[in-house]
Amino acid sequence: MDRVPVLKLGDILIVSIQVDLQDQGVLALQEDLADAVVATGARGVIIDITAVEIVDSFIGRMLATIASISRMLDAETIVVGMRPAVAITLVELGLSLGGVRTALNLEKGVALLNHLGGAQIATTAR
Amino acid sequence: MGVTLIVRPDAGRRRIEELVRQHEDRVLKRWLEITAAASAGRPDQGDTAARLTEIYQALRQSFAGDGDTSDLHGLLAELSRSRARQGFSPSETASAVFALKEALYEVVEDDGTPEALRGFVWFSKTVDDLGLFTFETYVTARERIIIDQAEQLLELSTPVVKLWEGIVAVPLIGTLDSARTQVVMEKLLQALVDTGSEHAVIDITGVPSVDTQVAQHLLKTVMAARLMGAECVISGIRPQIAHTIVTLGIEFGDIVTKASLSDALAHALRRSGVELAGNRRTRVTVRTEEE
Repeated sequence: MDRVPVLKLGDILIVSIQVDLQDQGVLALQEDLADAVVATGARGVIIDITAVEIVDSFIGRMLATIASISRMLDAETIVVGMRPAVAITLVELGLSLGGVRTALNLEKGVALLNHLGGAQIATTAR
Repeated sequence: MGVTLIVRPDAGRRRIEELVRQHEDRVLKRWLEITAAASAGRPDQGDTAARLTEIYQALRQSFAGDGDTSDLHGLLAELSRSRARQGFSPSETASAVFALKEALYEVVEDDGTPEALRGFVWFSKTVDDLGLFTFETYVTARERIIIDQAEQLLELSTPVVKLWEGIVAVPLIGTLDSARTQVVMEKLLQALVDTGSEHAVIDITGVPSVDTQVAQHLLKTVMAARLMGAECVISGIRPQIAHTIVTLGIEFGDIVTKASLSDALAHALRRSGVELAGNRRTRVTVRTEEE
């Protein structure tokens, strides 16, 4: 079974989904990611779905679930690279991915995480 | 008695077919004369004459052969299309075809046999069908043009313009329906990806009225843009439209709405971290110039 690799870059974890995920793969990814967040103490998770062309409500829910799990472990989740067709499909399905932050591409996602991290540190310092 | 009734129309038909074959030159000449008189002063008389000659030959062949009319219909469709392009009305084209009856009737009159007269009724019906076929071709061609134009309009009326680095705008003009919203949504989202813009302005100054459906379409577009990581501002809301939206109880939630495109641009610029020089200084400059 294909496992989606979880890459570590500084204190950010990057997951790039390149294959059509089946239910089993999604559950494995959620476990791997939770383990990785705990093991590395990451403060941010970026899920890159540039290569994903077809979504259903299950994938939509997966993104929301991963975001919730990461938030429990004090890491912010950002979904990047969503294609227009995918966005339209999710809206038509009525999924607005409430708790998930989004960015246009990986670069902007990393910038957003750094911005959020900076803001958090600033508030803590005050 | 029953037998004669069945045989007679067939005999008439055969007689007409014979006449069409025997007096080809005379009938064709008369037909061309009548149509030329009807369309006097139009250009390309020669073109029409050549086409009518072809049609006459195809008609004769369809009589002689197994009644295969696909050639004939093809030629008629061509005639109808070419005449439509030259500015003939469809009834003029149909009349030109109907004139064949008049041309043949003279031959039938000279022949004078009862078979020929009876057969002429059948012939008249055949020509009527052909004339109506040219009309139908005209209408079909016209409908296709209308559909094409509607599609072109759909493409034309929804440009996505770049206002600033990282800011795009869609000025919407005309009534929004689901088909148009779909095109707008796809174009806007694609433009966000292509230009890497994080801010989009949807300007509805040119939208005459906003009902719940249009609002729903706008909300969907904004949600889709958000999913991709871009923020949308809706601008160009006129007072009446603001009133309508409130009366209808449409909830725009946390979507930023601005009265004018310039306000929306200023908002987007502020959000993307561009420093704007104060308005006050501009005003002073204007005043100095006036003095």
